[in-house]
Amino acid sequence: MSDGIKPLPRWIDIGVIPLLNLFMALIVSGLVILAIGENPTEAVMVMLNGALGYEEGIGYTFYYTTNFIFTGLAVAVAFHAGLFNIGGEGQAYMGGLGVGLAMLLLDSSLPMWMLLPIALVAAALFGGLWAAVPAYLQAYRGSHIVITTIMFNFIAAAIMVYLMVNVLINPGQQSPESREFASAAHIPFMHEAFSWFGVTISKSPLNLSVVWALICCVVLWLFIWRTKWGYEIRAVGFNETAAVYAGMSPKRIIILSMCISGMLAGFVGFNEIIGVHHRLLLNFTAGHGFTGIAVSLMGRNHPFGIVLASLLFGILYQGGADLAFEVPSITREMVVAIQGFVILFSGALAYMTTPALTRLYNMWRKRKSSSIAEET
Amino acid sequence: MDDTFLLIVLTFDAMVRVSAPLILCSMAGLFSERSGIIDISLEGKMLMAAFMAASVAAVTGSAWLALGAGIATAVFMALIHGFACITHKGNHVVSGVAINIIAVGLTSVLGNAWFHRGGQTPSLESGARFMPVEFPFIEYVNNVPFVGTIYRELISGHNGLVYVSLMVVPLVWWIVFRTRFGLRLRAVGENPQAVDTAGISVTWLRYRAVIMCGILTGIAGTYLSVAQNAVFVRDMTAGQGYIALAALIFGKWRPFQAMGACLMFGMLDAIAIRMQGVNLPIVGEVPVQFIQALPYIMTVVLLAGFIGKAVAPKAIGVPYVKER
Repeated sequence: MSDGIKPLPRWIDIGVIPLLNLFMALIVSGLVILAIGENPTEAVMVMLNGALGYEEGIGYTFYYTTNFIFTGLAVAVAFHAGLFNIGGEGQAYMGGLGVGLAMLLLDSSLPMWMLLPIALVAAALFGGLWAAVPAYLQAYRGSHIVITTIMFNFIAAAIMVYLMVNVLINPGQQSPESREFASAAHIPFMHEAFSWFGVTISKSPLNLSVVWALICCVVLWLFIWRTKWGYEIRAVGFNETAAVYAGMSPKRIIILSMCISGMLAGFVGFNEIIGVHHRLLLNFTAGHGFTGIAVSLMGRNHPFGIVLASLLFGILYQGGADLAFEVPSITREMVVAIQGFVILFSGALAYMTTPALTRLYNMWRKRKSSSIAEET
Repeated sequence: MDDTFLLIVLTFDAMVRVSAPLILCSMAGLFSERSGIIDISLEGKMLMAAFMAASVAAVTGSAWLALGAGIATAVFMALIHGFACITHKGNHVVSGVAINIIAVGLTSVLGNAWFHRGGQTPSLESGARFMPVEFPFIEYVNNVPFVGTIYRELISGHNGLVYVSLMVVPLVWWIVFRTRFGLRLRAVGENPQAVDTAGISVTWLRYRAVIMCGILTGIAGTYLSVAQNAVFVRDMTAGQGYIALAALIFGKWRPFQAMGACLMFGMLDAIAIRMQGVNLPIVGEVPVQFIQALPYIMTVVLLAGFIGKAVAPKAIGVPYVKER
C-alpha cells in the first residue's frame, strides 16, 4: 500500500505542528500589536532584550520559568490520566498557605536545613489535599472535575482573603500581609548562592527552588514512564475500559494523579513564599496556575517539552514587563493575550493543520517516489 | 417596622440588579450546553462584550450601538469557540480557557491603547447608557402601604436590560421546550447520531446554539458596563460568568430552575454587602468571604450528589464525528 494516504511521520507530529501552532499564535499576537499602532518586530526585540539581554532580566526570566515548570507539570500529570486540572491556581494558593503557616509557626525555633524540607512537605500537603477533594468527588461521587476545580479556585481565594485580612495580618499595618519570616526561613537567592563560590551576579528573585523544579521534571519523567503507577496513569488516560480490564482501578488513579498534580502546583507557593516574598500575602500566584495549561499544551505533556515551554513563557513574562515599561501603549497584559492565543492554537485548534499537512506530505512523498522511479 | 420592610425590599431590589447578568449568562450557557458544547467561556465573552460596549458607548454616545457592539463581539468569540469545538473537534474546556484568558488580555491591552486610562474606558454620560425606567402611576401607588414601596423600589426603576433578562427566561423555556428547534437542540446534546440520522445537520444546529449563547452573553456584558455601571474597568466580570455556570448546573440545565439559582446567588451577594460587620445572634459575625464563596461551595455539594443530582446532557463535551 505505498500509494495509500500515510499518516504524518513522528517528526512532523511532535516537531513541525507545535512550532506551526506557536507561529500562528505569535502571528495573531503580532496583528494585535499592529492594530494598536506599534511595530511587532520592534516589540519582539524589546522583549528578547528585556528577557535575555542583561543579567537581572535573565534572573527574572528563570524565576518565572520556575513557577511555570511547577504548574505545567501539574497540568501534565492530570492530562496523562485523562483529567483536566484547571485548579492549579487554587492549589498553588493553598500550597503557599501551607508554607506560610509552617514558617510562621516554626521559623524562630528551627534551623534552615530543617525548615526547607518542612516547607516542601507543607506545600505538597496543602496543594495535594486541595486537589484531592475534587479528585475524590470525581472518582466516587461522579461530579465533573473541571467544574469542581474551578469552584475550588474561588473557594481558595475566599479562604486566603479571610485568613489574611482577619487572622494572619501583621498587627499594626494596613496591607493584608503576615510578618516577615526569620532569615532561617529564606531559601537562598541565586545571587547569594553564587557568591558562596565567589561569583557575583545581579540581584533577582531567582532562588534555589529552580533546582527543585528541575529535579521535579526528572522525577516526574521517571515516574510517568518508568514506574508501574505512571504506567497505570497513562493506561487509564489512554483507554479507561482497557485499564479496568487489565485490573487497574481508575478511581485510585484519579486520586493519585490529582494529588501529585496538586502537590506540584503547590510548589509555586514554595518558590513565591519562602523564595521571594518571605511573608504570606495575597495574589502571589498571579495567574501562573492558568499559564501552566498553556505550558503543558505546548510542551505536549512531556517534562522536556514543559521546560522548553516554561522558558518561552518566562521570556514572554519578563520581556513583557520590559515591553510595558519601554512602550507605554502596550501593557503587561499583552503577555496574557499571547498566552490565550497559545492555548487556543496549541490546544483547542491543535489539529487544525493536520489534514492539510497530511495532504501536503503525501503529495511530496508521491513526487519523490515518482522521481526516483523515473531515474531508475 | 416600616424601616425593616424597606430594608428587605431594597435587598430584593439589589438582588434583581445583581442577578440580571447572571440570568442572561446562564440562559446563554443553557443553549450551548444543551446542544452538547461545554461553555466555561461565559466569563470571557461577557468581559469582552462589556469592554466593546463601553468603548462604543464612549465614542458614539449611543447605548443602542453599544448593545450592538457587545452582542457582535460576544457572537464573534462564540464563533471562535464553535470553530474550535465543532469544526475542529478541539477540547471544549481548553477552548473555553483560551477564550477567557484572551478576553482578560485583550480588554486590558486594547483599553489601554485606546483610552490611556490603565485599561478603563472613560465614564459614560447618561445619554450613552441604559437608564432606569420609571413606571407610570408611581405617585398614585406610592401612598399604598407595602405595595407602594414594592412598586416604587422593586418593580419600577430598573434599567431596560433588567426587564429583558427577566423576559428572556420564559422565552428560552418556550424556545427550548416548545419549538422544533428546541427539540432538535435538546436531542443533539443527548444523541447527535439520532439527529444526524434524521437528516439534520449536527454542525449547523450546534453553531446556532453557540450563536444564541453569544447573543445573550453580549447582552449580559453590555449590562455590566453600560447599564449597571457607567464605565468598563479591568476584570469587571469578576467571576460572574462562573457563578452563572454554577447556577446553570444548580438549575439542572433548565431555564426556570437556573433563574431561581441565579436569584438565590444574587440574594447571597446582596446579603453579603449588608452583613458586613453585623453581629448575628449565636453565630456572631459571618465573614463576608464565606457568603461570597457560598455559591461555589453549594455547587460543589450539589455536584457531589449530596442535595439532589445534576445530570448533564449526555453528549456534552464529546465532538461529533460523522461515521464514514
